[in-house]
Amino acid sequence: MTTATTAGTAIAVSGLHKSFGRTHALDGLDLEVGTGEVHGFLGPNGSGKSTTIRILLGLLRADGGSARLLGGDPWRDAVPLHRRLAYVPGDVTLWRNLTGGEVIDLLGRLRGGLNPRRRDDLLERFELDPTKKGRAYSKGNRQKVALVAALASDAELLILDEPTAGLDPLMEEVFRSCVTEERSRGRTVLLSSHILSEVEALCDRVTIIRKGRTVETGTLAELRHLTRTSVTAELGAGPDGLDRLPGVHDLETTGNRVRLQVDSDSLGPVLQRLTEAGVRSLTSTPPTLEELFLRHYRNDLGEVVSR
Amino acid sequence: MTALTARPAATGPLAGTLPLARLALRRDRLMVPAWVLGLGLMTVGGASSIAALYDTPASRIGLARSMAGNGSLRALYGPVFDASTTGGLTAWRFGVFGAALAGLMGILLVVRHTRDEEEAGRLELVGAAAVGRRAPLTAALLTASGAGIALGLLVAVGLCAQGEGVAGSFALGLAFTLSTVVFASLAGVTAQLAETGRAARSLAGTVLGLAFLLRAAGDSAQDGGPSWLVWASPLGWTEQLRPFADERWWVVPLLLGAASALTAVAHALVARRDLDAGLLASRPGPATASRRLSGPFGLAWRLQRGSLYGWAAGFAVAGLAFGSLADGVADLIRDNARLADVFRRIGGAQQLTDTYLASMVSLLAMLASVYTVQSVLRLHGEETSGRAEPVLAGAVSRLRWAASHLVPAGLGGLALLLVAGLSLGLGHGATGGDLPGQASRMTGAALVLAPAVWFTGATAFVLHGVVPRAAGAAWGLLGFFLLVGLYGPVLDLPRPVLDLSPFSHLPKVPAEDPTALPLIVLGLLAAALTAVGAAGLRRRDLG
Repeated sequence: MTTATTAGTAIAVSGLHKSFGRTHALDGLDLEVGTGEVHGFLGPNGSGKSTTIRILLGLLRADGGSARLLGGDPWRDAVPLHRRLAYVPGDVTLWRNLTGGEVIDLLGRLRGGLNPRRRDDLLERFELDPTKKGRAYSKGNRQKVALVAALASDAELLILDEPTAGLDPLMEEVFRSCVTEERSRGRTVLLSSHILSEVEALCDRVTIIRKGRTVETGTLAELRHLTRTSVTAELGAGPDGLDRLPGVHDLETTGNRVRLQVDSDSLGPVLQRLTEAGVRSLTSTPPTLEELFLRHYRNDLGEVVSR
Repeated sequence: MTALTARPAATGPLAGTLPLARLALRRDRLMVPAWVLGLGLMTVGGASSIAALYDTPASRIGLARSMAGNGSLRALYGPVFDASTTGGLTAWRFGVFGAALAGLMGILLVVRHTRDEEEAGRLELVGAAAVGRRAPLTAALLTASGAGIALGLLVAVGLCAQGEGVAGSFALGLAFTLSTVVFASLAGVTAQLAETGRAARSLAGTVLGLAFLLRAAGDSAQDGGPSWLVWASPLGWTEQLRPFADERWWVVPLLLGAASALTAVAHALVARRDLDAGLLASRPGPATASRRLSGPFGLAWRLQRGSLYGWAAGFAVAGLAFGSLADGVADLIRDNARLADVFRRIGGAQQLTDTYLASMVSLLAMLASVYTVQSVLRLHGEETSGRAEPVLAGAVSRLRWAASHLVPAGLGGLALLLVAGLSLGLGHGATGGDLPGQASRMTGAALVLAPAVWFTGATAFVLHGVVPRAAGAAWGLLGFFLLVGLYGPVLDLPRPVLDLSPFSHLPKVPAEDPTALPLIVLGLLAAALTAVGAAGLRRRDLG
């Protein structure tokens, strides 16, 4: 057992294992979410995000490793823990003959009530009609029903499993501003996603998983250090000695044009060398999570190819 | 032929009808044969058992004579037009029911391939391909009519093969076919009116039920009564085709005319409405939940109550009908030694009326266990559809969630038994006298069977709790219990096989005296199974 459960930790998962028959869904996964932080939980489809969340909700039982949630055991203390959290599933199915408003109230009451003023406010912001029956909602509207129910609660912890699937860009914007408000209220949010721009916009810290195992975890700034900036420049004279600088990758030279990738902490010397060669135009693309994500993901593709 | 000279794609409102009909037949490759064979073999098999039970013209005419005097029996089956042949009796016994069930098949098939598809959003996918506006409706009507024709042919050929008259056999088959076609066209209309498949089915089903009631009222009318009501119902028309009794072929154009008119209306409606819209718009519901909908029990009750009310209404009607038939049927049974023997084995010896009532109580109790199993398996449906997840992610323990569905299942089963007993007693008392006495006696008789209903429900819960993948096997187990319970005594199966059904162990009240021991033992077994299911549910992964 780890001693990870300190006062400032909302979720502490270490070495989590879970198999379904022959498939190893989780293979020693670690995840730590501090109280009051918005934590991005990233991974491609089928990497184990939903399985982890369902273990945290006490719906699945872990085969090995430890999981602590709000200082309790998610399997044994499920009922008292669930009073303190709200959950939005990735694929929301509603009861056909209950209206959206009824579902929102019911889900709120199941965990101990919700704030009526916030409920009305959220209905308006998400432009959701609460009088429609469950069968009449589109996928995006079903998602909104679950989001309003979760966001209108006073839960300490929000667990959101790919909550914006099916929302249009306008509603995604509303969702982002809601999560930002939640953070300012001091709530903890675990946001599982594979939409990188969403995670970059909202999250303080990020955990990236692949095949049921954690591959990177840290603040966005820390992770950016692991990524590279791409630079394209047109120069007055042919560049010289760029390939000898540390941290430069994939250098291509065509006449006076160069394209290269550079590690974020080696950017200074490269820019200096380019200036010396007389820059006529310069484009640089900042490091994105996407690149980091793709680098891990490409490894998977590479493995497939090399087999 | 080269690829360039391929047939030009059809255009127009009917384009794509044939591929759609082929798709429908492929999707229904189990459902259509099951309906056709089930209904066809019921009729053909029924004819051969009538031939065995009433093997002389005298016995057949005796049956018809006692039938003529009994209004409730005429209401249920219609009049006997010609009792001198087995075919005539077959048409009486199965004609109206077969036509009604064939109509139900038509309704279910058409709604399944029109409004259900539209509701599921699959029609949108199909509609985007080269498919005309009217193609889905036409394909559904073709599929249903095809099933009706197959059924009619099976009945006609099956009866001919047993040596019944050719004209009569084909007339009875034709009655089934035309009923399928008429009610399929009706469903074509209701599928345009209603926004959901469920509403379209219940609308068409209501018309079918009304048609049955109108015919029943007309057939049971005394001299000078409103016997013309028979002609107000399409089911009355199929009856008046009079198979095996000097067939009235001139009824056929009436049925064909009704089907064409309904089809024309359905097509006119299709042309006037948008995809997904119904002409009867669904009303918006409440924007907030009432105070009763504030926990898992409130939710489960809300999900289950509609089905329970429907079952209870059906039980009340069936109980009243069976109860009012009791004296008439007892007379019939008395006249036929072989039939009496069968009833004694199901319902126990003693007074024939009580024997009949006991067998009806046990039939309704078996049906109540169908409700209970269906209600218990809602747990499985909620879990696999993902709807249980948000409930269990609230402050709701697994056992409380399970109990929220088990309580309506168990109490609902009990309520159905209560309705069954009460209505049997009222029906019997209203015709035979002693209304309050019969009502309380039959209610007690029905409640005695509660442990068997609970036991059957508990088997479904054990499967859901311990081996959720096999939860569907609960239906198989229930089917086995019902087969043993219904046909075991008729087929004279050995005692150890009969003992496998929980219903075999309970006393056959009112034909036998109630004894407490089997009730207690079966009740305890049901409780033990429930406990095992609960233990399994607490331990396993959900979802």
